[in-house]
Amino acid sequence: MSKIVSVTGNHSASWAARTAIPAVIAAYPITPQTTIVEKIAEFVENGDLKSEYVRVESEHSAMAACIGASALGLRTFTATSSHGLALMHEMLHWAGRARLPVVMPVVNRSLGPPWNIWVDHTDTMSQRDTGWIQFYASNNQEVYDTVLMLFRLCEDPKVLLPGMVALDAYILSHTFTSIEVYDYEEIIDFLPTYEAGHWKLNPKDPMAIGNIAGPEYYYELSYAVHEGFEAARKMIPKVEADFKKHFGRAHGGFIDTYQCDDAEVIFIALGTMGEEAQLAVEELRNEGIRAGSARIRVFRPFPAEQIQTLAQKAKAFVVVDRSLSYGHLGGVVTEIRSALYRSGQTIPVQGVIAGLGGRDVRHTDIKKLIQLGFDVADKGEAMPDIFYGLKR
Amino acid sequence: MPSLFEIRFHGRGGQGAVTGAKILGDATRMENKHFQAFAHYGAERRGAPVMAFTRIADEAIRIHSYIYEPETIVILDETLLEIPSVQEGMNEDTFVVINTTQSPKDIKIKGKISTVDATKIALEVGILVAGIAVVNTIMLGAVARATNIVAIESVKDAIRKGLAGLPEKVIETNVESAQRAYDELQMGY
Repeated sequence: MSKIVSVTGNHSASWAARTAIPAVIAAYPITPQTTIVEKIAEFVENGDLKSEYVRVESEHSAMAACIGASALGLRTFTATSSHGLALMHEMLHWAGRARLPVVMPVVNRSLGPPWNIWVDHTDTMSQRDTGWIQFYASNNQEVYDTVLMLFRLCEDPKVLLPGMVALDAYILSHTFTSIEVYDYEEIIDFLPTYEAGHWKLNPKDPMAIGNIAGPEYYYELSYAVHEGFEAARKMIPKVEADFKKHFGRAHGGFIDTYQCDDAEVIFIALGTMGEEAQLAVEELRNEGIRAGSARIRVFRPFPAEQIQTLAQKAKAFVVVDRSLSYGHLGGVVTEIRSALYRSGQTIPVQGVIAGLGGRDVRHTDIKKLIQLGFDVADKGEAMPDIFYGLKR
Repeated sequence: MPSLFEIRFHGRGGQGAVTGAKILGDATRMENKHFQAFAHYGAERRGAPVMAFTRIADEAIRIHSYIYEPETIVILDETLLEIPSVQEGMNEDTFVVINTTQSPKDIKIKGKISTVDATKIALEVGILVAGIAVVNTIMLGAVARATNIVAIESVKDAIRKGLAGLPEKVIETNVESAQRAYDELQMGY
C-alpha cells in the first residue's frame, strides 16, 4: 500500500528507485548527492530493493556501467551532482546518442573553484546538448514523481532517450518533508516492466554498437536523436495525464503556470525559486497587481510553443537564471528570447542572474524583480541584464 | 498558530539539532500539518555551533528560502547564548526555549523566555552519545509546552517513530524525558 514517509529530496529520489526497481544501479557518491546512493545501498543490503548495485571508482565509470547495463535492455539508474556530472560528460553524450533510457537525478550544485557545495544550475545547464531530457523539480514529492515519469517517458519505444531530473542542493536535497510513496505493484499499470524493443546486447546473438559511421550517416543519426526529443515532446503531456489518473497528482507539464491568464508581468524561473515565486505573485495580487509565475519544469525538449503562448497576453517577462554562461547571459533567458524572436513576438524579456552558489533568493526579492518587470513593460524595452544582489 | 510557524534550533554538532527539527516536523504532521525540516549546512563538526530549522504550515509549503525571523528559537546549549547569531531575527514575541540551569528572569535577552535543565535530565537518565548529553528529543517536550504548537502526545509519538530501530528501553527513556522537560519547564511569560 502507498504510505507517507518523511524524507529529504535525496531520499525521495532513493525511494523512487526503490519503487521502480531498476535492474542495475551504478553510482559514485558526491556531496550533496551522497545520501541518494547511500540510501539505495541500504535498501539493496536490507533486501528491500532487488537491484544489482555496482560500486565504481568514478562518475565516468558509473555512467559507463549504466550504458552497458542499459544496452543489455535493463532498467538502469544512477545519480550525481556538480563535478561528478561534469566528469560524466563524455559518457552522457554516449548514452544520449546510443538511445539508452538511463534515468538520473542530479543535485544542482555549483562548480569550483572556489569550493562551494550549494545550489547553482550551472552543472546541468552545461549538459544541455548531451541528448538528455531535462526536468527541474520544485519539491520532494515532485522529485519522486518525476523519477517515475522519466522511466515511463525515456523507455517509451518512440522516445528512447536518457533523462535527468534536477533538484536544488540542500533546499531540496537535504530538506525533510513528507511524501507519498508506492510499492512497484501499485505502479505497474503506469510503469510496466521495461522491454527493450529496438536492439539489445545479447551474447547469443552477438552484435557491435557504436561502430564508425561516416559523413554519409552521422547527420541522419543526429536527426534521429532530435526526433526522439520531438516524440518526448508529444509524450510528456500524456505521461503526466496518465500519472494524474493513477496517483491524483500532476506538476504542471512543461511549464507550471500560476495566475498567468491575465498577468501583465510573468516571472520565469526553474526549481524551488519557481515555486516560491507563487508567494510573491499572491502578495502582489493582493495589492491589485497583475503578476503571474511560470516555472519551467522541462528544459529539454524546450517548451518554445508554451513560452510563445504565455507571451501573447503578457506585457513583459522577468527571467531568472541560477547559472551564468560567462561572456553572454543565462541559459534560460537566451532560449526564451530565441523562441519569441522565431514567432515575431517583441515583448521585453528582462534577464536576471541570481542565487548563484547558494545565495538565498526570497519571495520578497522576487516581488522586487516582478515590480521591475512593470517598469520594463511601461518602457517597452528591457534593461541590460541584471546581476541581482551582486556585491560590488 | 499563524498560517506559517518557523522554528530555529541552535546546537552544537553532535547534539542532534537536525534530528530534533525533523522529529518536531513529524509530530506536527501527525496533526495534519505540513512541514519542512532542514539544517544550515556549512562545515559541520562535533562541537561546532550548528543551526537547524522546522517550518510548519496548514497548507503545502512553497517557501524554500532561509528562515530569518522565526517565531521560536530553541537553544540546546547555553554556551551558545553568547553567539550573536542566536539573537538574529528575535523580537519581544519570539518564544525562546533554552536548555540552561538558569531561570527565565536571569536571561537578559528579549523574547518570551522559558528554561529547562535538559542536560541534567539527559545525564540522569543516560541519554549520551560518545559521552555527550543529547538533549534534542528532551527539548522537544519543552518546545511543545512553551509554544503550544503541537501536543506533547504527538511529540512522543514522533520520538518513537524517529528513533525506531533503537532498543525499546532507549526510546521510552527519550519519550519520558520529553514529558519531564514539558513538566519542568519554567516559563517567564
